[in-house]
Amino acid sequence: MTNEFVLEAITREFPDSVISSSEPYGMLTVEIKKDDIKKVIHYLKDSSLEFNFLTDICGIHYPETPEKEIGVIYHLHNMMTNFRIRLKVFMSRENIEVDSMVDLYAGANWMERETYDFYGIKFKGHPDLRPILNMEDLGYHPMLKEYKLEDGTRTDKNDAMFGR
Amino acid sequence: MSDKKPVIITDAPAPEGYEGEGFFATKLSSVIGMARKYSLWPLPFATSCCGIEFMATLNPTYDASRFGMERNSFSPRQADMLMVCGTISKKLGPVLKEVYTQMAEPKWVVAVGACASSGGIFDTYSVLQGIDKIIPVDVYVPGCPPRPEQIIEGVMQVQALAESESIRRRDTPEYQALLDSYNISN
Amino acid sequence: MKDNSLSNILNQYESKEQIDGQLYTLNLGPTHPATHGIFQNVLTMDGERILHSEQTVGYIHRAFEKISERRNFAQITTLTDRMNYCSAPINNIGWHMTVEKLIGVEVPKRVDYMRVILMELARIGDHLICNGVTGMDSGAITGLTYMFIERERIYDMYEQICGARMTTNMGRIGGFERDLTPKFHELIKDFLKTFPPRFQEFCNLLERNRIFMDRTIGTGAISAERALSYGFTGPNLRAAGVDYDVRVAQPYSSYQDFDFIIPVGTAGDTYDRFMVRQQEIWESIKIIKQAYENLPEGPFHADVPEFYLPEKADVYQKMEALIYHFKIVMGETDVPKGEVYHAVEGGNGELGFYLVSDGGRSPYRLHFRRPCFIYYQAYPEMITGSVISDAIVTMCSMNIIAGELDA
Repeated sequence: MTNEFVLEAITREFPDSVISSSEPYGMLTVEIKKDDIKKVIHYLKDSSLEFNFLTDICGIHYPETPEKEIGVIYHLHNMMTNFRIRLKVFMSRENIEVDSMVDLYAGANWMERETYDFYGIKFKGHPDLRPILNMEDLGYHPMLKEYKLEDGTRTDKNDAMFGR
Repeated sequence: MSDKKPVIITDAPAPEGYEGEGFFATKLSSVIGMARKYSLWPLPFATSCCGIEFMATLNPTYDASRFGMERNSFSPRQADMLMVCGTISKKLGPVLKEVYTQMAEPKWVVAVGACASSGGIFDTYSVLQGIDKIIPVDVYVPGCPPRPEQIIEGVMQVQALAESESIRRRDTPEYQALLDSYNISN
Repeated sequence: MKDNSLSNILNQYESKEQIDGQLYTLNLGPTHPATHGIFQNVLTMDGERILHSEQTVGYIHRAFEKISERRNFAQITTLTDRMNYCSAPINNIGWHMTVEKLIGVEVPKRVDYMRVILMELARIGDHLICNGVTGMDSGAITGLTYMFIERERIYDMYEQICGARMTTNMGRIGGFERDLTPKFHELIKDFLKTFPPRFQEFCNLLERNRIFMDRTIGTGAISAERALSYGFTGPNLRAAGVDYDVRVAQPYSSYQDFDFIIPVGTAGDTYDRFMVRQQEIWESIKIIKQAYENLPEGPFHADVPEFYLPEKADVYQKMEALIYHFKIVMGETDVPKGEVYHAVEGGNGELGFYLVSDGGRSPYRLHFRRPCFIYYQAYPEMITGSVISDAIVTMCSMNIIAGELDA
């Protein structure tokens, strides 16, 4: 099971969904259109490619490119042949929602809640989408690049002395 | 046991008193101070890495039960000393305040570790920058994590406080003002 | 054996009014002696039976991922310590390997073997805490107190390498900061000789103990299909029957040179998780012995001067060393652009680092794939229908470490 074989299988099955592909450091990375990601992952899971394990879901924010500002990155793993693949979808801030993978992989539940908590990405079909790590009344999605790391209201640290 | 400055002593002498054949007379406050000092029961509020160092302090190599901390009480009413080991986030702040309020007098608070003392290396939006923002603290033990010997030194400072405070410290107006500044009502 | 099905429980009631009158809510946590860490479970119970549980995590969220966008690559090692703090060297070394993969550096064999020794020592330490605590929460406190003495000896060895006991910040990108000291050789020979018989005493205490077996067999069971769907890895998955171990599937740091087995359970219950960890400690001892006896000679760090601090004597006398020292400490080194995902076998499973670099001094995005966070989702499914004492023992045997859960 090589990168070329899997890429060819995906492009044959979903010719319009694949936007680009690359192999950084040996791992096949495919960028998929946002609306087709669930079909692609369902195909990867149930076909003979047998990607039975969802390693991780995370988000990413590129403020310089407004049409592709927020991304969701899926890492899948086929344990039998020991093959990993990375799928990416991008979307703009106004249209910030994507399908949920909870019915395919039960582990996606908290991974998607964490991504929602940090970036504000709504997952359609998620049973219980609310912040998981931050407090519910935090009011903003902290990992977006425009927000600071420190708490602006603290009084005991002098920012000038800390090089900020 | 009135206005003496707290001093750490590492042996256990008898308090000052009058001794004769078959009896020993001393002040009641000295005896109570000695009893409190050698039987502090901690409430281990262990959240993260410092909690593992606290567990190492309790275990045979550094044995904290030599100091009277034989029974770790997780019930606030039955504990004397609240040892906050680890990072306290803003989400956990109300829980910590609730536990502190539920403890019965006399009670002391030890902030173990850099995160409990001042937020530590985590100067972020979600971490409380020191537990003294919400509860009064008696002893700070810095370190990341502090070695068990340092935690024991912190406990010995609480022992010195327990011995040298007046029995009714908690009724003094300064102490009431301190609790009011934290919005803690008795 | 216990019958854990919920429908069986609800069938015992004759009417819905009976159910409503008898159920109550119990709050387990966030601070509780049995939750080793800070997380909350709100249980809906009928008598001792748990019917439903709702979890809240995030009580120790320290925003590691946001902090790591501010710090340079060498400074992030101190953050990785504090994730799974019971086995900090594994996190440190895993992070260093991720950066080495990004910049394309190959480390010498001696560094690989040294890393293997330290990672296996960390794994022993982590499993000793987990199993000791499982014993303690079922009532056998003695095992924990004896095994903590062994952990102190592991701490002594860490101190020889890096100076710290628990949050080790061990090694550098490219290797280690110093070679193994003579005292370390003494300590590890002593450890390899005296730890196995003492650990055997701990095994004798609990493994075939009638009371312990009755408490743990059949509790908190999960099937292999559900475990894979939830994303379990590590000893919890191996106890359910799937033999997936990152050290064997994608060998890193010369693990392919060593001869060890992967212990696998059958039922996925608490007893299997306990036994898998016990057997993994024996396997780790085997690996350390092989690595130490075959330790190759050579340099203890790779030749990567842009990331590895030069010798201080050179910094005072040579120009290039001074410039490199300045650039590394101020974080002005150039890093290739790209994205890399690297996984190591942590104490709890596949610990993954997803690093996106844009060429700057700090990562553009760093995401930690934390095994505890992913498998703790399955906890309600594992305890529904059991009694609360089983729920406590299940939680301990899953080895949930709060630092890794919330990060």
